[in-house]
Amino acid sequence: MNIFIDKFFANTTKLIAIAILLIVAWIFTVLFQHSMDSIQAFGFDFITDTKWAPNLEKFGALPAIYGSVVSTFLAMVLAVPLAIGVAIFLSELAPAKLKSPVGVSIELLAAIPSVIYGMWGLFYFVPIIRDIFGGVGISMLTAGIVLSIMILPFMAAVTRDAMNTTPDILKESAYALGGTKWDVIKDIIIPYAKAGIIGSFILALGRAIGETMAVTFVMGNVHKISADLTQPATSIPVTLANEFTEADTDFYYSSLFELSLLLLVISFTIISIAKFYFLRRKRIA
Amino acid sequence: MTHTKKRIILNNIVMILSTLSAVIGIGFLFWILSVLVINGIDALSMTIFTEEGAPPGYEESGLKHALIGQLMIVGVATFVGVPLGILAGTYLSEYGQKSKLSETIRDISDIMMSAPSIVIGAFVYAVVVAPMGHFSGWAGSIALTIIMLPIILRTTDDMLQLVPSTLREAAFALSAPKYKVITQVVYCGAKAGILTGILLGVARVAGETAPLLFTSFNDNFLNTDMNEPVASLTVTMYNYATSPYEDWQKLGWAAAFILSMFILSLNIIGRLFIMNKKGK
Repeated sequence: MNIFIDKFFANTTKLIAIAILLIVAWIFTVLFQHSMDSIQAFGFDFITDTKWAPNLEKFGALPAIYGSVVSTFLAMVLAVPLAIGVAIFLSELAPAKLKSPVGVSIELLAAIPSVIYGMWGLFYFVPIIRDIFGGVGISMLTAGIVLSIMILPFMAAVTRDAMNTTPDILKESAYALGGTKWDVIKDIIIPYAKAGIIGSFILALGRAIGETMAVTFVMGNVHKISADLTQPATSIPVTLANEFTEADTDFYYSSLFELSLLLLVISFTIISIAKFYFLRRKRIA
Repeated sequence: MTHTKKRIILNNIVMILSTLSAVIGIGFLFWILSVLVINGIDALSMTIFTEEGAPPGYEESGLKHALIGQLMIVGVATFVGVPLGILAGTYLSEYGQKSKLSETIRDISDIMMSAPSIVIGAFVYAVVVAPMGHFSGWAGSIALTIIMLPIILRTTDDMLQLVPSTLREAAFALSAPKYKVITQVVYCGAKAGILTGILLGVARVAGETAPLLFTSFNDNFLNTDMNEPVASLTVTMYNYATSPYEDWQKLGWAAAFILSMFILSLNIIGRLFIMNKKGK
């Protein structure tokens, strides 16, 4: 009897574990199948065409791709220096009394749902952008800034963790040689934790590019490529969130699935690079 | 200027910049938090919990429909996702260990944890909503289950691996079969950690909006039939916040406040479990 239960338990757990792989494969297959119409009709033009006009059955995804890339780039440019600053502050500068409460609150802020960052952006940040730059305030720039604030806690927390992996003895040796804090940070901590730090930035990038709710409120879903960052724009997830329930033709529907597939492939690739190339060592933990 | 002096000055500049960026970053985050708390508390009232959605301008409007809907959608996802995740995690840690299959599952789950959740929504739309012909609470729960699975799986895996192998060996020496060793010894040793994983997993999916937009959709009234569109706090928040009506926006803030407090408390409780464990 025990042998039977034992076998049953082992096989059940194995089956469920394998099912997870199958679900992921299934997601890719389903998205691919549903984008077939659009892939066959538009081919490669889908990602180079700038015109997205559902009423004319014309679907070019370049504005959405452009929006995803630019808003994520903006977010990274703003968040990376801030995250490094916060991480240095938390791991090296803050007095012991501040370290843990500030650190924990940053981690807790990383748990706040992104929809709330979006809501804050819409009600409090859009007016500020409107006052400074004119226009409606709903723009690529707003999206980039809100996105940067949303990924900041996550980025700062993982960067700090990466910095904290530096053995104390290395740091102490450098201090003993008369190094200043900055010397220790740039010559000991950053070289030691480099892979971890870069890995966490890329991981944050992977999350930012797929983020929907923080930007949907403040981007405007306008399919136009404009060099002016204060103009409304769109990104892949914003387009999906706004238009999925409106898709009334097969091509429209299929184009949105191709967008989803594109987004999944892009973020899957970015996250894999972060995980496999830079964060490999963490596997031991 | 001597070299030492230069270094000290440079050091001070960097330290000031770093503290400044910490102040800016933390300042922004506290701005958001205070906005959330002030608007949320301002919007809270008893009718929030007792009344359903109403057209804008109605005095008696609340979030009862969204609160109950949220509980149902997340509840079902938890009910399905937690046992499946724990069992899969058990396989990785206890049976598969460092095998190729286990490592692949670990890698893929790690990636799925950060994958865009809106894509999961699109997938569930294609395989559940479209064949059924209508949005449903079930579809929302399925989307959340898929998001929750890798989180529970990875934390269970990590936590079980922390249980010392001497404990397992001691149980085996008493001729206990493997499933008994796992369910009665290993699980007990990793109880606090697994519980924390569950709490964090639930907290994570409770805040998801994107995968619910086109699965469970929304409903302005109380609906307990999971076969129909069901309101959730997050989607309600999105719809109300983007509406032009001030009283709806206010309800949106109330929803945001309630949801955030729920998620923050789950996170804090989860942390306390882990801390207690470390203290022992």
